[in-house]
Amino acid sequence: MTIAELTPGLALALGSLLVPLLRGRVRSFFLIALPVLGLAHLSVLSPGEHGVVSFLGQRLVTLRVDSWSMVFSWIFMVAALISSIYSLHVRTPLQATAGMAYAGSAIGAVFAGDLMTLFLCWELTAVTSVLLVWAGSGKNAYRAGMRYLIVQIASGMLLFFGALIQLNATGSLAFGHIGLDAPGGWLIFIAFGIKCAFPLLHTWLPDAYPEASEVGAVFLSAFTTKLAVYALARGFAGTDLLIPIGVAMAVFPIFFAVIENDLRRVLAYSLNNQLGFMVVGIGIGTEMALNGTAAHAVTHILYKSLLFMSMGAVLYRVGTVKASELGGLYKSMPVTTVFCIFGAASISGLPLFCGFVSKSMIMSAAGQGGYVLAWGSLMFAAACMFHPDIRVPFSTFFAKDSGKRCEEAPINMLVAMGISAILCVGIGVAPAYLYALLPYSVAYQPYSASHVLAQMQLLVFSGLVFAVLVRNRAYLPDLRAINLDVDWLWRRLGAGFSRVALIVWRSAAASVGDVLSANFNSAASLITRHRLPDGLLIRSWPTGSMSLWVMLMLFGYLLLYYVGV
Amino acid sequence: MSLAQHLPALQVVLPLISAPLAVLSRRAGLAFLIVTAAAWTAFAIAIALWLQVDLSGPVSYPIGNWEPPWGIEYRLDRLNSFMLVLVSGMAAIVLPYSRASIEREIPQESHYLFYAMLGLCLTGLLGMSITGDAFNLFVFLEISSLSTYVLIAMGRDRRALTAAYQYLIMGSIGATFIVIGIGFLYLMTGTLNLADMVDRVARIENSRPGLAALAFITVGVSLKVALAPLHQWLPNAYTYAPSSVSAFLAATATKVALYALIRFYFTVFGDAFLFEKLPLPKMMLVLSLFAMFFANFIAIFQDNLKRLFAYSSIGQIGYITLGLSFDSVDGVAASIMHLFNHGVAKGAIFLLIGAIVARLTTRQAAPPAPGFDRIAGLAKSMPWTCFGIVIGGLSLIGVPGTAGFISKWYLVLAAVDKGQWWLVGAILFSSLLAVAYVWRFVEAAYFRAPPAGREAFGEASLFLLIPAWLLVGATLWFGIDTSFTVGSAIEAAQQLVHSHQ
Repeated sequence: MTIAELTPGLALALGSLLVPLLRGRVRSFFLIALPVLGLAHLSVLSPGEHGVVSFLGQRLVTLRVDSWSMVFSWIFMVAALISSIYSLHVRTPLQATAGMAYAGSAIGAVFAGDLMTLFLCWELTAVTSVLLVWAGSGKNAYRAGMRYLIVQIASGMLLFFGALIQLNATGSLAFGHIGLDAPGGWLIFIAFGIKCAFPLLHTWLPDAYPEASEVGAVFLSAFTTKLAVYALARGFAGTDLLIPIGVAMAVFPIFFAVIENDLRRVLAYSLNNQLGFMVVGIGIGTEMALNGTAAHAVTHILYKSLLFMSMGAVLYRVGTVKASELGGLYKSMPVTTVFCIFGAASISGLPLFCGFVSKSMIMSAAGQGGYVLAWGSLMFAAACMFHPDIRVPFSTFFAKDSGKRCEEAPINMLVAMGISAILCVGIGVAPAYLYALLPYSVAYQPYSASHVLAQMQLLVFSGLVFAVLVRNRAYLPDLRAINLDVDWLWRRLGAGFSRVALIVWRSAAASVGDVLSANFNSAASLITRHRLPDGLLIRSWPTGSMSLWVMLMLFGYLLLYYVGV
Repeated sequence: MSLAQHLPALQVVLPLISAPLAVLSRRAGLAFLIVTAAAWTAFAIAIALWLQVDLSGPVSYPIGNWEPPWGIEYRLDRLNSFMLVLVSGMAAIVLPYSRASIEREIPQESHYLFYAMLGLCLTGLLGMSITGDAFNLFVFLEISSLSTYVLIAMGRDRRALTAAYQYLIMGSIGATFIVIGIGFLYLMTGTLNLADMVDRVARIENSRPGLAALAFITVGVSLKVALAPLHQWLPNAYTYAPSSVSAFLAATATKVALYALIRFYFTVFGDAFLFEKLPLPKMMLVLSLFAMFFANFIAIFQDNLKRLFAYSSIGQIGYITLGLSFDSVDGVAASIMHLFNHGVAKGAIFLLIGAIVARLTTRQAAPPAPGFDRIAGLAKSMPWTCFGIVIGGLSLIGVPGTAGFISKWYLVLAAVDKGQWWLVGAILFSSLLAVAYVWRFVEAAYFRAPPAGREAFGEASLFLLIPAWLLVGATLWFGIDTSFTVGSAIEAAQQLVHSHQ
């Protein structure tokens, strides 16, 4: 097996282990060199299945190179480079290590040609990325990270089960089109859905991302959900169910995003909204729609990381990203302001920015496919999401001057944002380069008069509404408040369930205890007696009781054997 | 006969001789050298025998040239040549470790006795594995057990004595049961040679003495295996024994007992009878599930690291017996693999905990319990030790890339093969319990701040770290290159499981 046969993710993941050993400039150089070499590696890959290993009697394909895996690995590698530059100011090695390993495992997952390899990388992304959440400074970071980890591991477990069922039914672990009817299809679908933040399964996303460190959120925004989009596109392209799911994903975060005060949480909700577009594209399943999904994933990673980077810079310099506490920062951070506006313009789909050339593909595919309702809903979502999207730069850098003054972002952050911004504009102006990468050949012209006109109408009117609302102070004020999402339900349900279970358990134990003996302690303490270090089942038994058990077992076996024969 | 032909005898005799030599030397250093040399030679012999079995099939060696079935026969096949490698390999790693480890855990004047006892224990375990004679097996069982009681009692903690005493009583009951069972078999078949017994047992196994023999052997061996609910001696024994002893016992003693169980069940009685006519598989299934959930659950609430991983051992034994209860090639192979994989991982963990204890111990006092409050923030001062424990823990969970995954994978395949999907769920869910207790360690060592007032100390000495990391490395190695473990286990299972052929 030559170097070219090894998945490029491996180099990143193994390289990340060296990061803690390096210091200062050497580490910075290494962190830039690793993804740059990765890009070089990508450029020499030839299509086909490489890196085939036989493990436990299964044929594992660790490097499947085709147009799908190439487009995602390119953008993942670019995102790794950008995020890694963005992280250079951090002195402790943990975040860069975790981030690199995370990017490496995501790229490994993209190249996985079988479900086992996919599962491995899937879980690895969960374990490595949670470190980025824990690197966050807030006191909630640890708990949010824990919830994030549990959800991600659960997703992996479902995937494992699904893969097992598939293996049992078909004898193969190959990861091709799966579909809901395939054995284990639903399990795998839900596994992907959790990671893709389907409605009701999405709560981990706005829960964890805003708690991550400023660097962590940039890494996180790029990989986890887009990996899920990739997996869905591979396995479930053309599944009709994905269209309503995608529409719901695009619509419902709007309300949360509009009223949310934490701007990184606003971005998390808007990320969820953007995922909705991609999921609809997968659901439609035509070549054009899938192209649109792939293209949108690429541009989305660029502008979303740009937005997260600008908010991260604000967090780093000011210490907060609460809309109610910010404003007027353009005086202090002019360059970051410009980059943030670039990001907002891209995400809103302004012509000449990258969001326009990808989002419109999905819209056109929906229109051409006759999905009128989906098309209308997505239009509505795009129009509404415009508000939270421009609210991010508006509340931070303009709005009412908060009086806060700080330095411009560190140079490495500016460079990273600059690269993203250039790519955003570059793709917006010359989309042909992006289109050349897409899985299917493209005959699509984004800059037709009707596209541009429709999009501009949408944006101008939305902008007008925004301006009027702000002008008349009718726009919802930036309040310090906490919004309840359905995760409240999960948490409450979980707590409530365990409470009910405890009551049931206690009453059951009480009745059993009463029947057995009056000497039993109160039934409520039964559970603690079993659990605490001195509890009944844990404390050391006297030798006599042990021997009693031995006798019981002997009699049990004797009896069973005699009866059994 | 050339020396090479006597390897099966030398396998046992060398460690056996090393023990009295160590006593005679009366000097710790010399005793250490003698027993270590014997252990290393035994390891080399075990590898040679494994290769011999691999190349040219089972080996039969008549002790003293008395032909079987009259004389004692040493009989090597796939399964026990594999066991020999595990047992002697663990001894070869634990012994060098002991030198630095017992420095503060055992009074200086009894060091030479420690080595002698370890040599004897090794003799007993190797003998149990290699012998093809039922009574000889009992004798070696007693040799290993008696030396184990002494080794546990050598722990400096005063509770070690109680733990050893309790284990002595329970172990003796177990051994008595085993000898009663063997006695019944001898009465009914007129032979003690296991291979010779096979055909004769088939004729009498429906008889009541035959069934009684089976029941006595099952309970007796289950005691030594620590199959729940007969596990009660184990947590205390592992907790209060000297660290290197905990590691050696956890990796080998229960495993060899399991080997004896497999030998009696599959070779002597035969799985066609046991698993199809008797309610044994259901019984084993229930007990295995009980061990998997109950012991893993209790492990979560332990505050002493050694105790936590002792309970985890009881839980892991549940997986091994679960695999046996399937009575399929995949299932039995999974059990045999897990014997090995768990032994290696658990050995590594206990060795590393020993390194922590060594750091926490001050010269005169008894070693403190490695509780979670004491190890808080330890990862900063002992990064290699803590990371090694984490890797071992990942193997206990069954994370891909570690050895534990391989055996769990085959276990899951065996469950799927039987159509028992709910068992797949049970295996995965009980693994989550393992996540919980491993996480407790990670949380304490990596995320908590060190307790105020703890003296700063550095990484463990290399004498402790290198042997431990050899096992950690093995845990990772056997997670990737499975040709030795999976290959041996599957072939052994194919020899053992007959009912489907």
